[in-house]
Amino acid sequence: MDVDLKSVEEAAKELYIRALKILPDDIKQGFATLQAGETHATAKSVLDTMVRNIAVAEETRNLLCQDTGIPIYNVILGRDVVVDGMGLKAAIRRGCERATREHPLRSSVVHPISRANAHTSTGREVPVIHIDFSDAPERLEIEMIPKGSGSENNSWLRMAIPAEGVDAIRTFVVDCVLEAGGKTCPPTIVGVGVGGTADLCVHLAKRAATRPLGSHCDDPDGAKLEEALSTAVNRLGVGPQGLGGDSTAFAVHVELAATHITMNPVAVNMQCHSARRARATFTPSGVDYGF
Amino acid sequence: MAHHHFVTPITEEQVRLLQVNDTVTLEGALFGIRDATQIHMFDRGRTTRFDLRGHAVIHTAPNVRKVPRSPEYPAGYAPVCVGTTTSIRMERFTRPLMSTCGVRLIIGKGGLGEASSKAFGELGGAYLAIIGGTAALETTWVEAIEDVDLDDLNPESLWRFRVRGFGPLLVAMDAHGASLYSEVGMAARRARAEVLASLGVKTERAQPRD
Repeated sequence: MDVDLKSVEEAAKELYIRALKILPDDIKQGFATLQAGETHATAKSVLDTMVRNIAVAEETRNLLCQDTGIPIYNVILGRDVVVDGMGLKAAIRRGCERATREHPLRSSVVHPISRANAHTSTGREVPVIHIDFSDAPERLEIEMIPKGSGSENNSWLRMAIPAEGVDAIRTFVVDCVLEAGGKTCPPTIVGVGVGGTADLCVHLAKRAATRPLGSHCDDPDGAKLEEALSTAVNRLGVGPQGLGGDSTAFAVHVELAATHITMNPVAVNMQCHSARRARATFTPSGVDYGF
Repeated sequence: MAHHHFVTPITEEQVRLLQVNDTVTLEGALFGIRDATQIHMFDRGRTTRFDLRGHAVIHTAPNVRKVPRSPEYPAGYAPVCVGTTTSIRMERFTRPLMSTCGVRLIIGKGGLGEASSKAFGELGGAYLAIIGGTAALETTWVEAIEDVDLDDLNPESLWRFRVRGFGPLLVAMDAHGASLYSEVGMAARRARAEVLASLGVKTERAQPRD
């Protein structure tokens, strides 16, 4: 399958706008589950407002949240896909810039020292583009995640040691949820990275935070850990927006990687309730949009 | 748990009536302010031509569209999506906002800290919680962008919105020292030991984060 770079550019533009406007079905289902179980009066009303906002965004074709985030594109190349790699990255960048200019969107991206905003949602190394491969024949997937700062500012890495055991991971996650409080726009998806190197551990946490609700860690120990942590953090009483209640997190998600005999790293990356993502799938029959 | 309908600007007496868990709906002018706006005003000595005395500010940097100036768009901007950002980053600006600009109400999400609580008590102010991440809804309460100052900081300009039926907003910090965030935060910290025990953390081998 040959990939046309013009259609990649169009998809990169379309994905940014779609992600900002339409919340995935699994997140909507997550809200319904929380609403059914919430016992706190203020929390119920906060959840109702969040759900109403999802409907208003769809009716008015507006953005769910004003935070256009840092644009992240995750590209997965299947087998027998022919594409110019540098051209692909450039096309994604152009699409991201066009979404910003043509919609228009607030550019939330600045130079880290001068704080200059080019009003393009792009800059050095941004959009973040990750490229990976899959076994799927003749298939190219591009997932877009506009990562908001309210949740991204609540990110932590701890290089724990083996003597601290799994207790270090459990304690760290609970303490991060406490420290995040209402700052991270709960209910959240708490993304936990366990193992790897320092940078891989943080990347795993981001992957966990942006995984669909209802999905599970494919390692049995990781799956058990995320289930226990999901129940535990909702017993803290932080609640939606940090105003108290049972609905602190939709779920805790864990992703694992092997690590060193002397290491026990754990990272947390939060996803706010506006858990936005969109996906374009390129096959020989065309481009399909979904989540 | 009273409901208050305020047309801005408001008086010190009005703001001191507010108690946590009350609700407020605003009409009139509302000023949008953000990190860079306040860094430039309070750290770099820039001033605004706007009179903020008795007014409400909201922690925001909106999505806007540039349009020709007209009676509908007096500042040459149409609001596309106006939402609210995390307040705590701007904690140290609460006092100067109140003491030098005369601001009475701060609207935001996630809450402010103890220094802000103190300033609200001493100078007469309150924090109104909006639901973060509900910008599509919030935008329907914004009638127009009436004016803009410090626009070289766009999108973190100082925006003057005209709002109608802006709310209900929850009084989450009042002028009497009460804060829903510190109440919830303290209760959550008290629950920590029990939650860790439920996870089977028997000995706290790991140091707490703080």
